[in-house]
Amino acid sequence: MKKETIKQAFYKTIPVMAGYIVLGIGFGILLRNAGYGVLWAASMSLFIYAGSMQYVGVGLLTGGASVITTIITTIMVNARHLFYSISMVDKYKDAGKYKPYMIFALTDETYTLLCDGKAPEGTDPNLYRFLVSMFDQCYWVTGSIIGSIIGGVLPFSTMGIEFSMTALFIASFTEQWLTTKDHIPAMTGLLSTLLCLVVFGSENFLIPAMLLITLILTLLRKREEGETV
Amino acid sequence: MNPAILVAAMAVTTALLRFIPFIAFRKNTPKYITYLGKVLPPAMIGLLVVFCLKDTSVTAYPFGIPELIAAVIVIGAQIWKRNAILSILAGTVVYMVLIQMVF
Repeated sequence: MKKETIKQAFYKTIPVMAGYIVLGIGFGILLRNAGYGVLWAASMSLFIYAGSMQYVGVGLLTGGASVITTIITTIMVNARHLFYSISMVDKYKDAGKYKPYMIFALTDETYTLLCDGKAPEGTDPNLYRFLVSMFDQCYWVTGSIIGSIIGGVLPFSTMGIEFSMTALFIASFTEQWLTTKDHIPAMTGLLSTLLCLVVFGSENFLIPAMLLITLILTLLRKREEGETV
Repeated sequence: MNPAILVAAMAVTTALLRFIPFIAFRKNTPKYITYLGKVLPPAMIGLLVVFCLKDTSVTAYPFGIPELIAAVIVIGAQIWKRNAILSILAGTVVYMVLIQMVF
């Protein structure tokens, strides 16, 4: 069972591998050019482990930001992680010794791989989720270290490979659409975020979008309950 | 400011955001949270799709056409084969070819 769990977990993370390695390389290069070497790249990818935040973090380091600014920026960029955790509270309930790491390592991509719920048949679900989380971080750390060491552009053009992350989300969105009958939550997420992007602009739309999504989903629940009473 | 302190501040703040819900609801999960656990995943993936495409301009060349074509390919491949690796690979390769050679 253990072997099957490792195999299935690895297979699940293949879509994230290329994206994390290449985006990790991009981060390592950026950080190196800002004057922080391989130890910094490895530490940030090991201990922060949040892709877009680490890119923003390079700017904070070079700009000499204060601790307060850093904390506020981190909350602004990473508030969505609160929502990931809220939706995994039940799923991770019985994860035991794996749980702290699984919570720590809940990135956008790992969340997308694991939020659909069921672990494949013949696997230990907790070990499976733990390994998916860990493989993803391995790719990210490896990429960061490579980028930091080479410190420049790759010998071949990887321009556009970052689309693999977008493609992962689009594929997951499609798959979720095909497997569920109720498309209201998916449409709520897509349209609320689109609306907030138009209204608030690309720098400030994330938090309003999350608030709007929560508000709409909460109102929909009240309506559902009202109907059943 | 000492950069190590800033890195620590980012690490601790990020970890707190991830751990707070688990700590707050560690005993029994309120029904509302169970409900959110059910409806948030598709909504958050919808948010992530928009988040990834936020810097795509539809008013300037190439008007988001490469993104649109690649997205249609990912959706089509996923409906056709239901294999995420294949869909992502197809969409990404097409996107890379489009922005490197066509547009």
